[in-house]
Amino acid sequence: MSEHKIELTINGRRQQATVEGRKTLCDFLRVDTGCTGVHVGCEHGVCGACTVIIDGLAVRSCLMLAVQTDGCAVTTVEGLAAPDGALHPVQQALRDEHGVQCGFCTPGVVMTLAALTDGPKRPDADTLLDAMSGHICRCTGYQGIRRAACKLASKTGAEKP
Amino acid sequence: MSSAHVNDGRVIGKRMLRKEDARLLTGRGTFVDDVVLPGMLHVAFVRSPIARGRIRSIDISSARDLPGVLAVLTPNDLDPFNVKLLSFFFTPAMSVPVPLLARDRVAYVGDPVAMVVAQDRYIAEDAAALVIVDYEEEDPVVTIADAKRAPPVHPGMESNVAAVMGIEKDDDLEEALTNAPYLLTRTVRHQRLSQSPMETRGVLATKQGDELLVYVTCQSPHLVARYLALALDKPHLSVRVIAKDVGGAFGLKNHPWREEMSVIVGSMLLGSPLKWIEDRWENLVAANQAREQEMTVRVAFDGSGKLLAAHSDYSLNNGAYPQGAEANIAVHMFIWAAYKMPQLGFFTRGWHTNTVGNGAYRGPWGMESLARETMLDIAARELSIDPIEIRRRNLITKADQPCTTPMGLPLEDITPAECLDKLLEVIDVSAFRAGQAAARKQGKYLGLGIAVYIEPTGAAGQMAPMTGELAHLRIEPTGKVTALMSTHSQGHGTESTMAQVIADQLGVAYEDVTVFEGDSSRGGFGPGAAGSRQGVIGGGACRRAAALLKEKVKRVAAHILDADPESITVENGVVIVAGAESKTRSLRQIAEIAYGEPARLPPDTESGLEAQYRYDPPPVTFTSAAHACIVEIDADTGFVKIKRWLSCEDCGTIINPAVVEGQIAGGLAQAIGAVLLEEAGYDSRGNPLAVTYKDYLLPAISDVPDFEYVHACTPSKSEGGFRGVGEGGAIIGPPTLVNAIADALSPFGEVPLELPLTPTRILELIERRPLTGKTEAATTATSAPATPMTAQAGAAQAAANATLSSPAATMTSASHAHSAVIGGCWNMVLATPVGPQKIIGRFNTEGDVLKGVLESDQGSQSFAGTIAGNRLKWEMKVTEPMPITLKYDLTVEGNKLSGKVKMGLFGSANLTGERA
Ligand code: FES
Ligand code: FES
Repeated sequence: MSEHKIELTINGRRQQATVEGRKTLCDFLRVDTGCTGVHVGCEHGVCGACTVIIDGLAVRSCLMLAVQTDGCAVTTVEGLAAPDGALHPVQQALRDEHGVQCGFCTPGVVMTLAALTDGPKRPDADTLLDAMSGHICRCTGYQGIRRAACKLASKTGAEKP
Repeated sequence: MSSAHVNDGRVIGKRMLRKEDARLLTGRGTFVDDVVLPGMLHVAFVRSPIARGRIRSIDISSARDLPGVLAVLTPNDLDPFNVKLLSFFFTPAMSVPVPLLARDRVAYVGDPVAMVVAQDRYIAEDAAALVIVDYEEEDPVVTIADAKRAPPVHPGMESNVAAVMGIEKDDDLEEALTNAPYLLTRTVRHQRLSQSPMETRGVLATKQGDELLVYVTCQSPHLVARYLALALDKPHLSVRVIAKDVGGAFGLKNHPWREEMSVIVGSMLLGSPLKWIEDRWENLVAANQAREQEMTVRVAFDGSGKLLAAHSDYSLNNGAYPQGAEANIAVHMFIWAAYKMPQLGFFTRGWHTNTVGNGAYRGPWGMESLARETMLDIAARELSIDPIEIRRRNLITKADQPCTTPMGLPLEDITPAECLDKLLEVIDVSAFRAGQAAARKQGKYLGLGIAVYIEPTGAAGQMAPMTGELAHLRIEPTGKVTALMSTHSQGHGTESTMAQVIADQLGVAYEDVTVFEGDSSRGGFGPGAAGSRQGVIGGGACRRAAALLKEKVKRVAAHILDADPESITVENGVVIVAGAESKTRSLRQIAEIAYGEPARLPPDTESGLEAQYRYDPPPVTFTSAAHACIVEIDADTGFVKIKRWLSCEDCGTIINPAVVEGQIAGGLAQAIGAVLLEEAGYDSRGNPLAVTYKDYLLPAISDVPDFEYVHACTPSKSEGGFRGVGEGGAIIGPPTLVNAIADALSPFGEVPLELPLTPTRILELIERRPLTGKTEAATTATSAPATPMTAQAGAAQAAANATLSSPAATMTSASHAHSAVIGGCWNMVLATPVGPQKIIGRFNTEGDVLKGVLESDQGSQSFAGTIAGNRLKWEMKVTEPMPITLKYDLTVEGNKLSGKVKMGLFGSANLTGERA
């Protein structure tokens, strides 16, 4: 079994670790770094619960190996809210729109929406809803998630101010 | 959308933001896999790759030698603990014991055979792959049809019948059905579903001295603690169960099952904390599933579409080890409950097969609404009556109540007809029909489906686990309010809704109330989320406890402030004395005195500000609803697009509309999955066909429309006027959608009542030709096992048939029988709705008078009856689980006896026995 030294930042903090080659990123984040907000719903890339942001892109951490994140900047759901506890706009929208029930799918939903709306362009509602079709929520029937996505979307698809 | 800041001071009925969301949105929840204990080890199971067979040998040596492996446990290790797996009702789960790990035989693909314990899950799985099991494979029993003719799945059982109740053919009813002007007969088939909570099953157990501490994802830590105490049955063992956040359950996590129990026992055996988190493959293969059922309904109408009589013959695939063998009696109790149905009967059976066991899933009896509402539409079409009109002619209205259904359910305040009227105010049916006709001319197929139902919610006081709920409230010395509850959320938001009720009743801010649940050491017993009960009963408990506490605040404040208790009000956390502004105090000021200066309290007053109330509601609180759905079907692809969905439900006084709508929407999404997408099927060798989320298709956001809601809000008779709403969407959703699809496709013929209605099935109707090998495959799957039935198996089947024979047949044989020896001791088994019950009967005969005593776990009761030849008859009144008269009618043949027990509204149950 191969062991690898990696260095990465997780939620803005630099970390070093030695990981087995086969260890998935989600297991590494949950077990080795304590980021238990990374939820594992299927381990085969369908449910989206394990989504994290790597160098600005939403990625399914169950489909990636920890060793592949050497040199990367990883953000998990724990890293989104402001230091004073103020929720990220995506988290606030989901809260206001009652987009959460059990909260198991929630971190993944938050990370995908955050990756898309934190970029230079604010996508329109169709783009966000298309992205949401890659997340399975068994509780809410998606009503609050859809309302939140529409609220976060650009009405015009234009550049962000 | 209102904010958390309200101006009229009342928070009930408002869309308050949920308290739990702050932690769940930031990844700070505590789910079972987030809990870590020092020295914790990890479990992986070795599972059977075949559906049925004998285990010749297990070789664990290579697995045990793998570095990092601490133990490989087999039945020999766990059996000494003698764990008895129980049903949700705390009765034996089946008539034969359920093993923790398979001993000698495997009974389904995924059956746990051995358990590896290692320092991490990766190594545990490596080692599991090194365990060598030698199987002698046998032909499996897969479908209900297989079960009916194949030898028993479980050696020691007479047949594959897991449970049976009711009467196959009742002469009076048969006459009513055959003589009716119009008789409609259809068979409705429902596929097997996986509950699929996004968080799979999982447990972390550790024994610390005499305390067993279990973190488990579940529906009620209180129920699990009680279950573990009974199943383990160890003196001196105290059990504490914690489940802070749970990622959905939907019935699957009602109580621990084989794997969780194995892990718990393993941790006791090894003296180390053990964790097992089910992976999704395991969840789809080896977690109990639900709904594989079929029902043939015969329903008779007069010429004007009025109901005359009905009979339903139902079968449920129980799998090998169901979480309680059952025949789903509730289907028959509720099928016509909201309609004026003069006469009805049923025959209902559960069947064992070599598939994973049956468990609960949101609205477990929902087949009744699917069958009834789809068949009403078919009848309407055949009788040329409008589908809305046929319902109006038969629904029970306010004016018809109070009344009692033929199954003995008292109805006082159901409102399905009123919900239907309200629904029709927001949907213009004639405009839709005009649009539908125009669209059809252009080759576009639109359909409108409507369905109506009632749902029993908040049940308490009649079944062991279904108790009242408890609220323990205290105003802390800080003036803030803490509530410890028996309720539990798996997404239900009870930390918020219970706080809303408490805040209003006490006169404090919503923000100042904190609700704790999720720990069996806090609050008190409650079954958690089961049967749409927590809002009704937990809400009632909060109101009563808060009223007691407020009373104490007033009494204490009046004494301290020298005022009349009647003049005191509490508003927004401030104690106000009418007409004396200078006496205004904060709750904190009063609380500090109440806790810290007992001398200043009224005489004989306990210090502190604490109150507790366990609320027992009326036995059942009914929720009613009518739903409508509009679909468009693409005749080229068979795809169904849901264009609109309206819900008009009456769940009484609403605590939080956003939570109520969330429950309805979640249930409806599951209904859409059931009708269009999901299927946990098996091939003819019992191999599961959907083992990842690439084959088990769950609805995505693109499959679920925006739902529109109308709330009818007729207060119930329960404290606070609440009615339950947790399961309704999953019950009423399927018939609403099937009716819409059937309406859209009516130009092509009748849609088969067989779920899921996949594009292929729909195209088969549109194109009038078979499009899959499915029909043939199904035939193969149901064909008789390849090996011919042995003589022994044949005899077992004959015995099973004898047990199932109709009362008429029993009577005929009885009249030919010669007198038999009746007196003495008999070991009997009664197939009750909650599982088989063992009874010992001691009979004495005096001429044609029979006297005796029946003994069971419930106690003993004597009776007197009559003997005619070898036929015994007597009646007994019982009060548990509810007051009913049991009518025994048994026939003795040699050293065996058999017959029926009529059990009031539960219909009748089979009883078999042998001379002791
Ligand atoms: S756990 Fe990664 S997509 Fe489901
Ligand atoms: S909130 Fe439970 S899975 Fe989405």
